[in-house]
Amino acid sequence: MANTLYHYALVALLAPLFGCLVAGLFAKKISIKAAQGVTIAGVAIAFFCALMLLKWVMFDHVAPYNETVYVWGTSGNLSLNVGFLIDQLTVLMMTIVTFVSLLVHIYSIGYMEGDPGVKRFFAYMSLFTFGMLSLVMANNFLLLFFGWETVGLVSYLLIGFWFKKDSAALGGFKAFIVNRIGDFGFLLGIAVILSYFGSLDYATVFAEAPKLSGSTIALIPNVEWSVLTVTCLLLFIGAMGKSAQLPLHIWLPESMEGPTPISALIHAATMVTAGVYMVARMSPLFNLSPTALSVVMIIGATGALSLGLLAVVEDDIKRVVAFSTMSQLGYMMAANGAGAYEAGIFHLATHACFKALLFLGAGSVIMAMHHEQNLHKMGGLRKYMPITFLTFLVGTLAITAIPPFSGFFSKDTIIEAVYESHISGAFYAYCCLLIGAFVTALYSFRALFLAFYGKERMGEEARHHLHESPFTITVPLICLAIPSVLLGLVMVSSMLFSQPGLMGQAIPVIPELDVLGELAAHYHGVVPMIWHSLFGLTFWFTMAGLATAWYCYIQHPEVPAQFAQRFSAVRYVLLKRYGFDAFNDLVFVRGTRMLSNFFYYFADAKVIDSWLVNGSGRGVQRVAGIVRRVQSGYLYHYAFAMILGVLALLVWLVLR
Amino acid sequence: MLTNLPLLSLQIWLPVVAAIAVLLLGKLGMETLGRVVAIAAVFVCLILCIPLYADFDTTTYAYQFRETLDWIPAFKIKYDIGVDGIGMPLVILTVFTSLIVILAAWKSIQHKATQYLATFLILQAMTVGVFVAVDALLFYVFWEAMLIPMYLAIGIWGSKNRSYAAIKFFLYTFLGSALMLIVMLYLGLKADSFSIPDFYGISLTMTEQMLIFFAFLLAFAVKVPMWPVHTWLPDAHTEAPAGGSVILAALMLKVGGYGFFRFSLPIAPDASHALDWLMIALSLVGIVYIGLIALAQTDMKRLIAYSSVAHMGFVTLGCFMIYMIVHTSGNPRDANMSLEGAMVQMISHGFGSGALFLGFGMLYERLHTREIQSFGGIANTMPVFAALFMVFAMSNVGLPGTSGFVGEFMVILSAFKANFWIAFAAALTLIIGASYTLWMYKRVFYGEVTSEKVAALKDVSWLEWSVLMMLVFAIFLVGFYPESLLRVMHTSIDHLVQLSLQTKL
Repeated sequence: MANTLYHYALVALLAPLFGCLVAGLFAKKISIKAAQGVTIAGVAIAFFCALMLLKWVMFDHVAPYNETVYVWGTSGNLSLNVGFLIDQLTVLMMTIVTFVSLLVHIYSIGYMEGDPGVKRFFAYMSLFTFGMLSLVMANNFLLLFFGWETVGLVSYLLIGFWFKKDSAALGGFKAFIVNRIGDFGFLLGIAVILSYFGSLDYATVFAEAPKLSGSTIALIPNVEWSVLTVTCLLLFIGAMGKSAQLPLHIWLPESMEGPTPISALIHAATMVTAGVYMVARMSPLFNLSPTALSVVMIIGATGALSLGLLAVVEDDIKRVVAFSTMSQLGYMMAANGAGAYEAGIFHLATHACFKALLFLGAGSVIMAMHHEQNLHKMGGLRKYMPITFLTFLVGTLAITAIPPFSGFFSKDTIIEAVYESHISGAFYAYCCLLIGAFVTALYSFRALFLAFYGKERMGEEARHHLHESPFTITVPLICLAIPSVLLGLVMVSSMLFSQPGLMGQAIPVIPELDVLGELAAHYHGVVPMIWHSLFGLTFWFTMAGLATAWYCYIQHPEVPAQFAQRFSAVRYVLLKRYGFDAFNDLVFVRGTRMLSNFFYYFADAKVIDSWLVNGSGRGVQRVAGIVRRVQSGYLYHYAFAMILGVLALLVWLVLR
Repeated sequence: MLTNLPLLSLQIWLPVVAAIAVLLLGKLGMETLGRVVAIAAVFVCLILCIPLYADFDTTTYAYQFRETLDWIPAFKIKYDIGVDGIGMPLVILTVFTSLIVILAAWKSIQHKATQYLATFLILQAMTVGVFVAVDALLFYVFWEAMLIPMYLAIGIWGSKNRSYAAIKFFLYTFLGSALMLIVMLYLGLKADSFSIPDFYGISLTMTEQMLIFFAFLLAFAVKVPMWPVHTWLPDAHTEAPAGGSVILAALMLKVGGYGFFRFSLPIAPDASHALDWLMIALSLVGIVYIGLIALAQTDMKRLIAYSSVAHMGFVTLGCFMIYMIVHTSGNPRDANMSLEGAMVQMISHGFGSGALFLGFGMLYERLHTREIQSFGGIANTMPVFAALFMVFAMSNVGLPGTSGFVGEFMVILSAFKANFWIAFAAALTLIIGASYTLWMYKRVFYGEVTSEKVAALKDVSWLEWSVLMMLVFAIFLVGFYPESLLRVMHTSIDHLVQLSLQTKL
């Protein structure tokens, strides 16, 4: 069986790569249809393999596969390998990735129609799938880092896909650099792991971890820190970059410059959740460091609230969804921090469906509106685009966690888990998440109401062209809407509250942190959970958000403007996104630029090159110029000098 | 059959013979034939590299494919050549790079073409000589002989400011090597032999070692180049023709790194140990400071040149961290990764920087400018070129899967064992390297086409494509399977670690 797992995994990994290579290398030779066909086939094969693996590992309880595929490099006593770990967590992630990727591939046939770079686009998407799969299939930090960076690269390439637009090229650049700041921490984290564990393989590292729980490391002389805390925090910096956590979230809004399918696939459903996945995968390390968990939880929860607030004032439909992604990622991270890793991963799964759905729905709207993204120029679209509207509504209900939609089960569990958690900062995190529930409902329904209800605010011309999108677009929407409704209902019991659960031992939790276990004690099935929630705070916060949105955007559309006037300062802060961008621009971008200019124009060009190097050249010239005069070639000059010398010698002899 | 040939002598003298033939053909007016001969010669050399790799015995650190002849018996100077796990990959790199340069010259060099080809053939021969010489004076001869063709290449085929750059290059590097000769004579007299392995055995006092170390340092640091003796490089690069830049980056800098491996560490281990802090500091300054300088460049070629210097910082860092690593971890085997990382970095830098310079050469040939702002939007008119250049840029950024990642990864991981802050500073390259590389890429390739010249650009020709693809292949090969490179060095590096950790006092 192990062999079968290996072969399916290998095919799943390589099929998208093959599609990418064919579509990319032979772009000139093959037709658009062929390029689309081969990439879609590749991803479809990968999806099929992932489903089979899911069946075997999750439901048939086949033992996880954890082997080396090939030896990448050796050095000293160390062997760095490329290897797969196929356990419950991996197969779940593989299924999510290939499922969303496949649908987005199909969606893109319609969405990217007529774009001159369409083959390149499909090649990139398949390359992304390959990178993301290697990220989740890795059994060691090397392959993890490879996947991590590959998806970063593709994200950069796809944000800048329309590279003629300066904003797109800049957005890609910014995304890459900010991610690199995260990777900087991540790489150092890997370095700590290598030097303390002597291996980069998960299995070895996790097995050794408890032995190191007492060790300390002095980064600054005489200040001892726990090795595990340092490791976890460094790894978490990587997760902050990739999963857009405060303060490395700044690249995600700009990533919306990329084509909408990409926003759905990379910047909502899969890549940005890599950090969440990574923290869950590293649970044996994080379990041992309450400090790191606390940081993860607080940063996650803070982001969940504060970044969600930004969506309330945003007018660009895509960016609203982008901010909501950042907020939801905060929820997942907070779950990780509380030790409820499985709830985080579950939310990752449901979120992948409904967020991809929302993005693709937004894309459908944008297409119908001829690339108008401003919510205030839409309105009343439900009449023209019924399928898009219905699926978008499903997505909205799911994200706002209204039972029995899928988001309810994952998000409600997260909030409960954080409430139960004893990690320091848990109460603060709970408050953030609770208010976040209000905010989520507010911005989600605001977008829904503005786009699909109310007055039709587009121009006459635009209204004329409004129509439902073609089936390559609506079919993926429907395919995503189904799990957005059902996934939670069907899976919640076995995913979160059973012993043994579907995740088996893939994400070990220690008893002190096992909040999900505590919740499981009160869990009596899906219906009681829904019933119970009706008496919980979360539900009513959500309802309040919905009601506010309804009041402000349907009942009294003039209210928001009055609010904006009343609280112009708040609005300003939110519009400026708390000033992160301004601060970075001022300190880091300008600071670096000044420093580099100083180094170049002063230190290098002036001091070293002009003064020291060419200066010594000039010095030699000058000395030579003086010395040269002494050698005039006239005999009497030399005779005179000789006489002077003799005289001086005599004087010295006499006087001494 | 091939193994019976004097492989290394052929690697040196075949290109020289070919160079003479090419020159003669040029005189006779048969320029095209001359080009064919040049390409054929280097191609044969590359084929001769196959047995060099395939028949290489990875279980011994001794020199292999060795040939020994008396040269000046009175002084015991010999024509003694051979390769070990450190020299062999560099020989292959040399021939590979040379083939690329000579292929790329097919159309791009029209002015004194045969002389150009002959110059680079001789340069190839002399560089191989440096990497295979077992006799110290033979090494010195090749070392200095390399300068002449390079000087000519810059001085004749360079751009506007070429004579300033050529002289600066020559004086800088010549100044460095003068002291090296004295040291070699001293060591030769002391060991009563000029064979480099014999130098390893002699015991030296600390003062002697210090003097020797500094003499070597001057010679090698200029070549690498290390901060602050790096300022010849941007000038040499900007003025050199594309092929010259490729050779400069891919090979000329490597002889400096090679010198540290071959001479400084094993001959003056105690001095290396005592001064490792200095070397580490200079390397880190190179990585961070030079990286920041690259960010300030408005001249694309200068930017690539500075980036090339910054990446070489990892070579010297990897070399001289070993003492700290062994000190903290107590295990000499931990030093291997640092040194092997430095070696891989040398090879991969040859591909990566070489590729960037070659790519730039193709742009320069079309647009005749180095100013970044006069490009812009090239991805619109040269999509294939833009895609290939992206691969090179990513290797420069150190993306996993490319060769640029391997060396940096190994050195940074090792650095942590030495000291957290060394790793911290070295890892800054992740951010700085990405910034200057991609910022350049954005300004050159992205955006709307603004100038008419860019609008009229033609994408790469078939020949250019093939040459670039060779580099792409090399970059991915090392990136995905570095073991192909690492396996040949293990034993030699083990031996080097041993020598470098043994006190000579």
